[in-house]
Amino acid sequence: MDTVILISQVIMSLALILTFVRVVRGPSLPDRVVALELFSTTVVGLVGVYAIKSNVASFLDAAIVIALMGFLAAIAFARFLERGGPRDD
Amino acid sequence: MIDFIKGTLIIGGALFMLLASVGLLRLPDLLTRMHATTKAAALGVILIMLAAAMHFAEVGIVARSFAIIVFILMTAPVAAHVIGRAGYFVGSKLWSGTVKDELRPNYDPLTHELKSGLETQENAKRQPRETDPD
Repeated sequence: MDTVILISQVIMSLALILTFVRVVRGPSLPDRVVALELFSTTVVGLVGVYAIKSNVASFLDAAIVIALMGFLAAIAFARFLERGGPRDD
Repeated sequence: MIDFIKGTLIIGGALFMLLASVGLLRLPDLLTRMHATTKAAALGVILIMLAAAMHFAEVGIVARSFAIIVFILMTAPVAAHVIGRAGYFVGSKLWSGTVKDELRPNYDPLTHELKSGLETQENAKRQPRETDPD
C-alpha cells in the first residue's frame, strides 16, 4: 500500500508541475485562473492521499477548506475580470 | 482485496489529475482548457475520496468524504461557468479551428449588451396578451 501511495504522490506532483508551467506561461489572466483552480483541486487530492497514508482522518477537514478556498478564489477572480480591474497579462 | 480496490482508486484518481494537467498544458484556448480541467480533476478527487472512505470505514469520516465529493460536484461547474463568462467578457481569443461561436453576432463587446435576435419594430410596440404564457 505504501508503494501505491508513493506512486500516486509522484504522479500528482508531476501534475502540479505541469499546472505550474501553465500558470507561468498562460497567455492571459483567465488561463492562469483556470490553472490555479486545477492547482487547488490537485492539492485536495494530495491531502486525501496523505490522510490515508498517515491514518489521520482530520486531514479531510483541511481538504474541505482547501476546496472551499479554491472555489471562492475562482469566483473572486472572475468578478475582478468582469468589473474590469487593472490587468498586466 | 480491499487494499487492491483502494490502490486502484488512488492510482486512477492520480492519473486523472495528471490527465487534467496535460490537457491544461496542451489544449489551445481557454474554453478547451477549462473543459479538460473541470471534469477530469473532479473525477480524480472523487476517486481519491472514495478510497479514503474505504480506508477509514467509519460513519463520520465516510460522511465527510462524501461531503467533499458533493461539494466538488456542485462547485466545479459553477466556477467553470463564471470563469468562462469572464473570459468571453474580457475578449480572450478562441482557437483558430473553432467552428461555431453563436454568441458573437448577438453580443456587443463594447457595451456588453446581449440581443435576442428578435428586436423588430413590431416586437418593440407589442403589448402583453391574455393568451401569453407566464
